[in-house]
Amino acid sequence: MASLDRTARTFLLAEVISGFVLTLKYMFKPKVTVNYPYERSPLSPRFRGEHALRRYPNGEERCIACKLCEAVCPALAITIEAEPREDGSRRTTRYDIDMTKCIYCGFCQEACPVDAIVEGPNTEFTTETREELLYSKEKLLANGDRWEGTIAQNLRADAPYR
Amino acid sequence: MYADLIHFFTTHWLGQAIVILAECLAVTVPLLVAVAYMTYADRKIWASIQLRRGPNVVGPFGLLQPFADGLKLLLKETIVPSSANTVLFLIAPMITFMTALIAWAVVPFADGWVIADINVGILYLFAISSLGVYGIIIAGWASNSKYAFLGALRSAAQMVSYEVSIGFVLVTVLLCVGSLNLSKIVLAQTGWFWNWYWLPLLPMFVIFFISALAETNRTPFDLPMSEAELVQGFQTEYSSMPFALFFLGEYANMILLSAMGSILFLGGWMSPIPYAPFTYVPGVVWFALKIAMLLFVFSWTKGTLPRYRYDQLMRLGWKVFLPISLGWLVLTAAVLQFGGWVPGK
Repeated sequence: MASLDRTARTFLLAEVISGFVLTLKYMFKPKVTVNYPYERSPLSPRFRGEHALRRYPNGEERCIACKLCEAVCPALAITIEAEPREDGSRRTTRYDIDMTKCIYCGFCQEACPVDAIVEGPNTEFTTETREELLYSKEKLLANGDRWEGTIAQNLRADAPYR
Repeated sequence: MYADLIHFFTTHWLGQAIVILAECLAVTVPLLVAVAYMTYADRKIWASIQLRRGPNVVGPFGLLQPFADGLKLLLKETIVPSSANTVLFLIAPMITFMTALIAWAVVPFADGWVIADINVGILYLFAISSLGVYGIIIAGWASNSKYAFLGALRSAAQMVSYEVSIGFVLVTVLLCVGSLNLSKIVLAQTGWFWNWYWLPLLPMFVIFFISALAETNRTPFDLPMSEAELVQGFQTEYSSMPFALFFLGEYANMILLSAMGSILFLGGWMSPIPYAPFTYVPGVVWFALKIAMLLFVFSWTKGTLPRYRYDQLMRLGWKVFLPISLGWLVLTAAVLQFGGWVPGK
């Protein structure tokens, strides 16, 4: 009897038809795709995206050229040169990040004693040439100015857990 | 003046040539547009089965996507492998494409809307769809690549196997109609939609549809292009326009088999309810709707079923479909004979 039942099910395509019914039901379910770039999924405040150099509210750059980030960088992506400025404070004359080497580990951000170098929320910085990915100090400071609002908010949100 | 024009187009060789050319274009151009939108519909249907959105960026609802894809293929470089047989390599996609198109010459789109109303239409269709295998075999052989070759062998074996059962299905329908002319086959199904042959010959309709899936190398029988084993089968070495021709040919074949299915089993251009206002709708619209319905099932199948193993495919073709269709053929013949329903008597 069981074999008869099995044969009947095979010849009436029972399993196949139940599969068809299932996929037909799925056809009318709401889509789960996030319609990027018109919709975006939320990002954690700890998200490690494109780098930025921050400034104090008075416009003074935060970086004091301690070179901790350069030392900790496992990919050797950061290059820093520093000299005393006219007013005697120690500042970088060169702060380059090779974005093609960077592995986005976030160690630079962890090492920084003054929260100067941070990894912001931006992920859309593809370029058409390789050279454009060799970031200079000007580019990093400009990134800082552009993303300061979000970065400050993210740092505040993450502060209780540090 | 008017009479002169009619005289020119009906008797002069040039006029007749112009008329034939216009007829061909009137079939081919809508067909190619249908192919383009079939790829779009395919992608949308698979996407919604998988809870995705599918193409939605190029044009409103992504409606221009097929043309963007076509343009992309057109602009790409045609790569011919150095070890390939160049002539055969380039002829193969043309054969596939042409056989997919010339079959449409005998398809009746509505009452009297047929380019060549020949009395052995169904035989012609069957012959042409068998010729399509040549394009694939030549492609696999000329590519001189092991994936293409194995894919072509599989494809050829599969198409030949399933053509046998399709043949028996056709013969069953012919027994009921008593004619090989496609228009007569449709006219024999006059009446309500339960008078169409899909209901009296339901097992044959199912076998026809499943064999059509195998004929067009669609899931669950897309073994010739099972990418895990054979990359892209006989299409592996193809790029740009030759690839596009294969693609168009394959989809045109799919539409052709759906058209065959609608003519043989779904009453062709007939309206499902033989009373006004349904009979006011032009026959070509009903025909297109029936084709679209079958094509939807093609896509739906691809979204639902996993791929068969090769020995399962052969077992199904030779050990299941062949005996069943043969048995049903004998049964149909017996019922017609002893029930006194033999057509033309």
